Amino acid sequence: MSQPRLMQGNEACVEGALEAGLQFFAGYPITPSTEIAEMLAERLPRAGGVFIQMEDEIASMAAVIGASLAGMRAMTATSGPGFSLKQENLGYAALTETPCVVVNVQRVGPSTGMPTSPAQGDVMQSRWGTHGDHPVVVLSPSSVMETYVLTAKAFAVADELRVPVILLTDEITGHMRERVVLPDPGTLPRPHRPLEGAAPPDIPPMVHFGEGRRVLVTGLYRDSTGFWSESPEEADRLVRRLAGKVESRQEQLTMVDRWHLDDAQVVVVAYGCVARSAQRAMRLARERGHRVGMLRLACLWPFPGHEIEALAERADRIVVPEMNLGQMVGEVERAVRGRCKVIGYSRVDTELIRPEELLPVLEGV
Amino acid sequence: MEEMRFLRREHLPHIWCVGCGHGIVLGAVIRAMDRAGVDQDRTVVVSGIGCSSRAVGYLNMDALHTTHGRALAFATGVKLARPDLRVAVLAGDGDLAAIGGNHLIHAARRNIGITTVCFNNGIYGMTSGQYSPLTPAGYRTTTSPFGHLERDFDLCRLVQAAGATYVARSTVYHVHQTVTYVERALAHDGFSFVEVFSPCPTYFGRHNRMGDPVTMMKWLHDSAVQAGQAARMTPEELRGRVVLGEFHRTTEVPEYARSYREMIARLAEGGDQGAR
Repeated sequence: MSQPRLMQGNEACVEGALEAGLQFFAGYPITPSTEIAEMLAERLPRAGGVFIQMEDEIASMAAVIGASLAGMRAMTATSGPGFSLKQENLGYAALTETPCVVVNVQRVGPSTGMPTSPAQGDVMQSRWGTHGDHPVVVLSPSSVMETYVLTAKAFAVADELRVPVILLTDEITGHMRERVVLPDPGTLPRPHRPLEGAAPPDIPPMVHFGEGRRVLVTGLYRDSTGFWSESPEEADRLVRRLAGKVESRQEQLTMVDRWHLDDAQVVVVAYGCVARSAQRAMRLARERGHRVGMLRLACLWPFPGHEIEALAERADRIVVPEMNLGQMVGEVERAVRGRCKVIGYSRVDTELIRPEELLPVLEGV
Repeated sequence: MEEMRFLRREHLPHIWCVGCGHGIVLGAVIRAMDRAGVDQDRTVVVSGIGCSSRAVGYLNMDALHTTHGRALAFATGVKLARPDLRVAVLAGDGDLAAIGGNHLIHAARRNIGITTVCFNNGIYGMTSGQYSPLTPAGYRTTTSPFGHLERDFDLCRLVQAAGATYVARSTVYHVHQTVTYVERALAHDGFSFVEVFSPCPTYFGRHNRMGDPVTMMKWLHDSAVQAGQAARMTPEELRGRVVLGEFHRTTEVPEYARSYREMIARLAEGGDQGAR
């Protein structure tokens, strides 16, 4: 094993990306994600890869897609306002089935807000930010070590399913320093894109530019030959297949931690930086004799509705603390369908939710 | 007819209107590709959104039809990932100079090895006739019904000032000149730019009493002045005229994607400790 290191979340993201085989990064400076660009500006060319600081956020998303289609494993990193600017080309990546990873180190919003304080306000933007029904996978780490693991995982999913994958982290997880022990280099399985003859029926094999295949990649709806099409039947088939390739793999993509769910009357559902406070609050409540459990989500989208449904059968209450005015809580309510009480807990004053303030909510005081 | 190999003939006829000049530009592009010895298995054509952007779909090579205005940004990613491939952008004036204007000046500034051909019809055709940054002052469009108040860009001067290393302008009336310029642009190592005036009788012409293709073609002919001749004319004589020619050509600026590869090679030899 490697030696323990003190590392920032953004740094762990860089390590995870390089270990997954990152070859191309295009970005634009924005706090609190800039460390990722700075580190990759130095690391990537040394490893034979390419870093470019583009003229804006839109261009960096575009360059990432272009590089991916030309065969490089590609990523960009940004935060709130920049993430909004990337949405159009994120939709282009989804429609054209171009593997890529977009890191969003969340900060407050809307607009410039109070730079660059933490928030979790981009949960819905990460799912529905671009127009139209589209597939997307969103992973959200709660620690520095998990930032490393999920960044590498993001590349694996992006390549395998040919989808854009969003690593939805936040200012706290991105800037927090923790002790980590990274796996030895070369021990993670390398991501791979579906090749001809080995692709699942609902994912077309990946063909890159320069292979002599003369492919047309277009943001228009297309027929089975890849040429643009105005057929309603082709449109229906395409949109349903794109959404279906993620939805049908929901269980395989589910990443959760389940703590004390066997006896829990109260379950806290949390993700990202808030999951750390929630976990502490759960422990404190249990020490005081309350039957509190926790479900921590590491993959936010596709939303693990089946996990919530199972909880709703057993628990009296589900508590969803978030650093937004209640985004994921709505999704939880949708899965619960009235079978138990769902309580949201919001904080939008730029401060992290503390365990002590969650404790009375969990204890039902 | 050797150039016909560059077309996906099974997808013709194209979508462009009767009298549109874009087919002539595309014809010039494939003749230029033939003359420049373009290998269609090692070339990527990139476009954005608009009438002219459909051109890449008719080209029998790797093609990337992207979002509005962003062709050059996508193309930058392709070129940096595969500097060994030839990359060309085919774009309209609204796409390139309005929504994509920032990418245009920055691609020129980097001198990245991308050949850009601007199909300039001075109007948004796909959305049926709104003014673009290339609509000349005084002309009528659906969004300038009383005559356009804004001045148009001189795109060639803009990209030259931004750092492009090959810059030329022609029209679809001057087909041979267009073929020559695009051929030289394709052979150029760096950011090369050819602006081609192309008539849109359907929208630009109809709103400006030039609704038939022949009148618009004659308008292109009558407004064009070759650069040599223009040099001997006064500013008053040049008002409303379009100057054609090769305005800039230099090989003194390194091409960006190659510079990056050279930096990677230098780092591999341990030659640079970096900023920190």
